[in-house]
Amino acid sequence: MYSVAQLVEYTSSLFQQGFLDDQFNQLQLLQDESNPNFVVEVVTLFFEDAEKLLNQLEKEIGQENNIDFKRVDALVHQLKGSSSSIGAQRVQRVCIAFKNYCEEKNVEGCFKSLQDIKQEYTLVKTKFETLFKMEQQIFAAGGSAPR
Amino acid sequence: MAQFHVLAVDDSVIDRMLIERLLKTSSFHVTVVDSGTKALKFLGLVEDEVRNEKPHSIAAETDQVVEVNLIITDYCMPGMTGYDLLRKIKESNSLKDIPVVIMSSENVHQGLTEEGAEEFFLKPVQQSDVNKLKPHLLKTKVKNEDDLINNKRRIHNNAIPLKN
Repeated sequence: MYSVAQLVEYTSSLFQQGFLDDQFNQLQLLQDESNPNFVVEVVTLFFEDAEKLLNQLEKEIGQENNIDFKRVDALVHQLKGSSSSIGAQRVQRVCIAFKNYCEEKNVEGCFKSLQDIKQEYTLVKTKFETLFKMEQQIFAAGGSAPR
Repeated sequence: MAQFHVLAVDDSVIDRMLIERLLKTSSFHVTVVDSGTKALKFLGLVEDEVRNEKPHSIAAETDQVVEVNLIITDYCMPGMTGYDLLRKIKESNSLKDIPVVIMSSENVHQGLTEEGAEEFFLKPVQQSDVNKLKPHLLKTKVKNEDDLINNKRRIHNNAIPLKN
């Protein structure tokens, strides 16, 4: 059973480690009684969107020596935008690096970036899932998550 | 007019959700679409009918009157970009007075104000940005009311030459 203190500490650590940035705070400010699940809904949407984009990126990068850099850049641009919109800072940062490699038409760089993005995405997804689980438990027990 | 009606345009599903929430928090009535083409359709403007428009009509080509008080659009979209949309709106007699705001993750605002954009917001858009919208809407409201008064005056006093 999680305590509010643990939730606060966990959230704080996510900010400290750069997984989240201030935009996540902005999201929380948009949540209220009329939209009690706003944050979970947006983040869930992000997961769905990101997974689609990652699948497409895999396909494109899989072309190896025939990579359509413009297409890859467009896909990464979308992921950069959506990660920025929810405050997923580390994912956003890797997207920026990825875009630079696209511009340089650097195949090796693109390969590496794809691996990095997959890793960062998996990490942040796990963090979010833990965060939401903690909030849910506290809420179910009659408490409320601090804002 | 009970509430201001804002039309938001963005191809990103996440950004649509965000902008809608931000605008609703400011008590705007919101319509969200995912492309410039859909935005123009919603505004009642269809490509080949642009030339046949009468001035001061809103959505002249459709049966329903759609009143939009502000358009906020993403800049980087596939197909019709936010820039294309801005230009089409400003070239239209019935739509050119609607204030347009551009949003983008890149700092692309050079030249947008010349094209008629009221504001540029860097993404991710925040509450403080949305709070800047009301003055633009109130300015247009006053202008519309002035136009309305001038039109009524024109109708009732045909012999008197127009002031403006």
